[in-house]
Amino acid sequence: MSKHHRGHDDGHGHHHHANQFTDMEARVKALETVLTEKGLIDPAAIDAIVETYETKIGPRNGARVVAKTWSDPDFADWLKRDATAAIASLGFTGRQGEHMRAVFNTPDTHNLIVCTLCSCYPWAVLGLPPVWYKAPPYRSRAVIDPRGVLAEFGLELPGAKKIRVWDSTAELRYLVVPERPEGTAGLDEEALAALVTRDSMIGTGLALSPEAAR
Amino acid sequence: MCNTTSPLVASAELPKSADGDPVFAEPWQAAAFAMTVRLHEQGVFCWSEWAEALSAELHKPERKADGSDYYDCWVAALSHLVANLSITSAPEIEALVRSWQRAAEATPHGKPIVLKNDPLRRE
Repeated sequence: MSKHHRGHDDGHGHHHHANQFTDMEARVKALETVLTEKGLIDPAAIDAIVETYETKIGPRNGARVVAKTWSDPDFADWLKRDATAAIASLGFTGRQGEHMRAVFNTPDTHNLIVCTLCSCYPWAVLGLPPVWYKAPPYRSRAVIDPRGVLAEFGLELPGAKKIRVWDSTAELRYLVVPERPEGTAGLDEEALAALVTRDSMIGTGLALSPEAAR
Repeated sequence: MCNTTSPLVASAELPKSADGDPVFAEPWQAAAFAMTVRLHEQGVFCWSEWAEALSAELHKPERKADGSDYYDCWVAALSHLVANLSITSAPEIEALVRSWQRAAEATPHGKPIVLKNDPLRRE
């Protein structure tokens, strides 16, 4: 996909924050539009099919980044300072010009990433975004009432825990590093990666306990 | 529940995981795959028509050696197929491609990109 350059590659800054569709993104939207108009497909049915397949392809790349962060303090430090380079060192690179920042969950702070746009979602790391993630109500409500939105995902956080909401942009995308679950001291990186769900890297969930992953 | 795998999973050269499930590098690829599955389910075209359209694209000499343009070929095959079936036309698709690109550029960050944001589009 390297031939598809994003707006911020033009060097003139006119499109600094503008949305850009690559040729292929626009082409697929065009087909979707015409086929919907003719009554041959409906967006809900397409989402349902995407969801069927999407659940089968876990975000293994991001899970490996998190597992390495948990087990390798030097890597964790690198990820904190320069997530783009640390993630690229594992061979996961997105499109040209894509910068990553890792935000770390702690006992005091929970991080949540929002963005309505596919273009702001680091799929090289996280895999495909969930369908609800692109829905406008999710983004606006997550900004206003993050605690309420998280509760809807079944994630009740203690009142004392701060929630920070990060809004991805075309230039900077986020990855949440969830807290390492209890009882995982003896696990190797591969076993740890199996505990890292996509939702835990968006911040709408936590990493699984070893029991729950079984 | 309806969890049957579409026959289109057997499409030539389809990138798959170790478990045999389709793998997508970007969301638009999953959308293209899903649209094709849906059209096939509805009987808009049959398996052999799809296989032939896809094969024609996959065997073009300008293919990339690493196969990273697989879904470009997939979308081209789908576009040709729906045009050949007179569901749409190449010019209609091209006009919509440009319209979506203008709509994306005209949409401020954080707002959903919708076609009516294209400043040149007349409803």
